[in-house]
Amino acid sequence: MSAEETTTTGFLGWIDKRFPATKVWNEHLAQYYAPKNFNFWYFFGSLAILVLVLQILTGIWLAMSYKPSAAEAFASVEYIMRDVNWGWLIRYLHSTGASAFFIVIYLHMFRALLYGSYRKPRELLWIIGVVIYLAMMATAFFGYLLPWGQMSYWGAQVIVNLFAAVPGIGEDLSVWVRGDYVISDVTLNRFFAFHFLLPFVLAALVFVHIVALHKVGSNNPDGIEIKYGAKGNRWDPKAPADGIPFHPYYTVKDIVGVVAFLAIFLAIVFFWPSFGGLFLEAPNFQPADPLKTPEHIAPVWYFTPFYAMLRAVPPMFGSQFPGVVVMFAAILIMFFLPWLDRSPVKSVRYKGPIFKVALAIFAVSFVVLAYLGLQPASPIATLMAQIFTALYFAFFLLMPFYSKMDSYKPVPERVTA
Amino acid sequence: MKKLIAALVLTVAPALGLASGGHVALEKANIDLTDQASLQSGAKYFVNYCMGCHSLKYMRYNRMAQDLGIDEATLRENLIFGDAKPGDLMTNAMRPEDGEKWFGTQVPDLTLAARWRSPDWIYTYLKSFYTDPTRPYGVNNLVFPAVGMPHVLAGLQGVQEPVFGEHHEGPPVVTGVKLTEPGSMSPDQYDAMVRDITAFLAYAGEPFKLERQQLGIYVLLFLGLLFILAYAMKKEFWKDVH
Repeated sequence: MSAEETTTTGFLGWIDKRFPATKVWNEHLAQYYAPKNFNFWYFFGSLAILVLVLQILTGIWLAMSYKPSAAEAFASVEYIMRDVNWGWLIRYLHSTGASAFFIVIYLHMFRALLYGSYRKPRELLWIIGVVIYLAMMATAFFGYLLPWGQMSYWGAQVIVNLFAAVPGIGEDLSVWVRGDYVISDVTLNRFFAFHFLLPFVLAALVFVHIVALHKVGSNNPDGIEIKYGAKGNRWDPKAPADGIPFHPYYTVKDIVGVVAFLAIFLAIVFFWPSFGGLFLEAPNFQPADPLKTPEHIAPVWYFTPFYAMLRAVPPMFGSQFPGVVVMFAAILIMFFLPWLDRSPVKSVRYKGPIFKVALAIFAVSFVVLAYLGLQPASPIATLMAQIFTALYFAFFLLMPFYSKMDSYKPVPERVTA
Repeated sequence: MKKLIAALVLTVAPALGLASGGHVALEKANIDLTDQASLQSGAKYFVNYCMGCHSLKYMRYNRMAQDLGIDEATLRENLIFGDAKPGDLMTNAMRPEDGEKWFGTQVPDLTLAARWRSPDWIYTYLKSFYTDPTRPYGVNNLVFPAVGMPHVLAGLQGVQEPVFGEHHEGPPVVTGVKLTEPGSMSPDQYDAMVRDITAFLAYAGEPFKLERQQLGIYVLLFLGLLFILAYAMKKEFWKDVH
């Protein structure tokens, strides 16, 4: 970056003397040098921001007509779908957007696993990302109660009951969370309050995530630190040789990704909004009935890997608590990932066969657990859930050993195409 | 990897089978939401035979009339009973406690029935009533065992007797129905009428479905065009990156 102050005049000059508009623009876009070899997997960060903005905007417009009360919530959603101008579109964008957000984030996280984007110096970047993932799950959980359908109601009932499994304080804790002995009007009110608040916390966390990213610089499919490599490119003799300005290169590239994403996303919104019962479940078109338990309760698909783990653990000493611990451990273990990987190289491109197999098994385990979590419990499903839960944890817990003994290929000096 | 996938498919398959077993196979409703005559006929039968007990409380009369091509005079004359106005929701005079007293349960609103059941389910249900003297109204249903409601359309369909399946132990299992006493409609006429009611309920579950799909085509065409432009722009900018 050029050391001398950028000199702007006119209105922008007036602004720049009072607020670092041009400085921020240059440091984070026009003179922010990103590796030139980003591939398909690098679209999902910008797409995640797009979906977050979409969710916040559609969410605010839904809130203009939604009524967070047990007596009116279900009817107000149908009112939005039928009587509010374009209400059906706003609602389908929001309901499909929730699932799209998780798909995008899961691919974004898988990218980090592929190319070792969690490794030094990006440990904190990864940790902030896991916090974002947790905040997303909380937001989705609160939001899922709002339509006040049968699955909303009973899904929330099952999840809040998990708190009751905590030894000693469990019962009191679950009543404290609900504000009642069952999911009720007061629960719906507070869930609505949190569902409205958390997206803004999420936006703030995303800001912090990007600040941390721009401090350390982006990783790339080769796992090479371009900041410490050869210097000098067309724009700046001191900038990384393998870096190109984020703007315009990656802004125009991300626009292609955005249009492709929107084509898939809007095809679902306009032609298949319930997505075979995965994005909008059939039982949720029935209003919540506290006296009638649905035949089969399952959370939304993006929670089902963890739900499968919960059900895989048998009750011990007459308590479900061990299952709850395993479920939360499955997420908390992600925080330690930067220190579990002992491989001398970052990217899967230069890692050995053991890591490749481990990563494949991990990805398959996650998908199979998601599937199992959607199915009614059966002996064979439980056995499979146990096996894949073990494989999920083995990926993390055995990583210090297999990543160290695994072979690796030499990493080139410069990024490859 | 291939072996792993094969092993997975083999182990998951039985779980799939378990999940889908144990239900009566549903008949295909084959409804056509673009067939206004069918929807109008369905609306007529629904209002006359069903709405005494089942409301459509998220649906408005005039929205239905507009979408189904029914003029206001016909709407007021044939489809609105009592003193309801065209802009009103399609409710009825039945109170929840009446349903509990008369049928043992609250009578469900049917606006979204096609969404939480399915059109095929509604179609099969309306064709699957059979005589069962053990039930309060003398009928039972293949897809809804111990159903609370009487067979309101029996005058049109006629009387169906249960067919018992081959079995070795336990009580006899009803596996099908057969018409023993014809009603005022032939079986084909009855099927067509039930299909119309099903189509109407599918419409009521999502009145904007056709509009949604129509708009979706334009949106995707626009995005296709935009993709070509966006891709060309990216290519142009990236020419000098090697």
